[in-house]
Amino acid sequence: MAGALIRMATDPRSPAAGVGLRGSRCSGCAVTVCPAEDACPRCGGPADAAVLQGTGTLWTWTVQRYAPKSPPYRIPPDGFEPFALGYVELAEGVRVAAVLDVDDLDDIRIGMPLTVTAGDGVPRARPASPGEEGT
Amino acid sequence: MSADVLICGAGRTPFGRSEAGGRELAVAAVNAALTDAGTEWSRVRAAFGGSDNAGLADTLVARLGLTGLPFVNVKNGCATGGSALVSAVNAIRSGMADVVLAVGFDKHPRGAFDPKPEDWGLGAEYGSDGLMVTTQFFGMKIQRYMHDHGITPRTLALVAEKAYRNGGLTPEAWRRGPVSAEEILDSGMVSDPLTRYMFCSPGAGAAALVLCSPEAARTMEGTPVTLRAAAVRTRRFGSFEVFSPWIPGGPLTSVSRDASAAAFEEAGTGPGDIDVCQLQDTESGAEVMHMAECGFCEDGEQERMIASGATEIGGRLPVNTDGGCIANGEPIGASGLRQVYEIVQQLRGRAGERQVPGEPRTGFTHVYGAPGVSACTVLSR
Repeated sequence: MAGALIRMATDPRSPAAGVGLRGSRCSGCAVTVCPAEDACPRCGGPADAAVLQGTGTLWTWTVQRYAPKSPPYRIPPDGFEPFALGYVELAEGVRVAAVLDVDDLDDIRIGMPLTVTAGDGVPRARPASPGEEGT
Repeated sequence: MSADVLICGAGRTPFGRSEAGGRELAVAAVNAALTDAGTEWSRVRAAFGGSDNAGLADTLVARLGLTGLPFVNVKNGCATGGSALVSAVNAIRSGMADVVLAVGFDKHPRGAFDPKPEDWGLGAEYGSDGLMVTTQFFGMKIQRYMHDHGITPRTLALVAEKAYRNGGLTPEAWRRGPVSAEEILDSGMVSDPLTRYMFCSPGAGAAALVLCSPEAARTMEGTPVTLRAAAVRTRRFGSFEVFSPWIPGGPLTSVSRDASAAAFEEAGTGPGDIDVCQLQDTESGAEVMHMAECGFCEDGEQERMIASGATEIGGRLPVNTDGGCIANGEPIGASGLRQVYEIVQQLRGRAGERQVPGEPRTGFTHVYGAPGVSACTVLSR
């Protein structure tokens, strides 16, 4: 996994277009978290910004079968549909909460390869295409 | 070592939906505990209590009597009752007071809790994208546990089936009708793999305890039960908690494991010595996992234990003899003290139809709550 952690010069929370997930890493503890935090949650020391590759495997999951209370939930324009969510264990070691964008809820399996991306909302994960597996 | 603390009085109200307000329920539970101890409010020298959502405990003095006693409000999520109890114990051990009240109560609106992301230090997107739902956490924790340790959905159903059966034997329980494992499995998925009937519901209720020093206990009428240990812990790094945007890799730590170990160490005993226990069962999966986290079995052993009836009232390790949270509902501030109330009844041999046979001598209680807090007690007669 050499090169998995790429230091960034920008504030870890600043919106920046680019590839990868914005996380942070404590040089003292080697604890990597995502989304980024200002301080290491283990030792309280300063955390450096890091870009994570976003590839990993599904560690656990569930399905939100009913519409969450709104607000805060923003019901999609087409109405509520059950959606999957879970934790994706990234190559860097951290397990990141993400909505799972899968075609069929019955296909979800612990251990399935996933690619996590960050956008406007919470991280989202989709099944890794064959070329992305094992990177 | 610390001096003994004795529980001389225990009281609770029925749990469920109630016309009464949370504070009214609290007053009823306090008066029941005082009556049980055969004493009066004026004899109480200090009080600790709280609710999550139903008001300030110290305002109860307006109904109980303005005796001038110190009354500390506790607000500690699901550990509110446990934290009030620990505070009461410390008040006795420190010599601050010899007769102390612990009270917990709550009254929640219908439906799931609706936490706000900003209260948890999370971005607004966790709410707008639908991740601020507590049931998701419970589903995801047991999902992984089932994968790692071979627990089946049927075992989750058997836990809930037992809860409703025991609730039917408990006059103050909310859910008192039997529900079969098949009905539980078919009740509709809420957060996979957990179905609707596997969950407890937020509700209303109150519980209270009168605790005494050994000297004060000799002046009380109630049969005392010894509180051998009471421990509260918060999570360490590496635990899996509700509303976590990320969790660390590697083996999980467990605040329930930490709190139960601390309680057993303080009591100078171990899980193998316990005759009856109360384990937080927010849903079926929680009871299964807490059996192992509190040291009562190895990971995965639950599958065989539960199928064999080991956790039934007549089994080797009766768990949640009053139906637990699943049958009683979850008034957050009251649950921890309801658990202790039930163990007190069991150790006194006064649990009626749900009495554990063989005159149990030792009991254990465990609560767990967000954001990673646990309170455990060890009791004996």
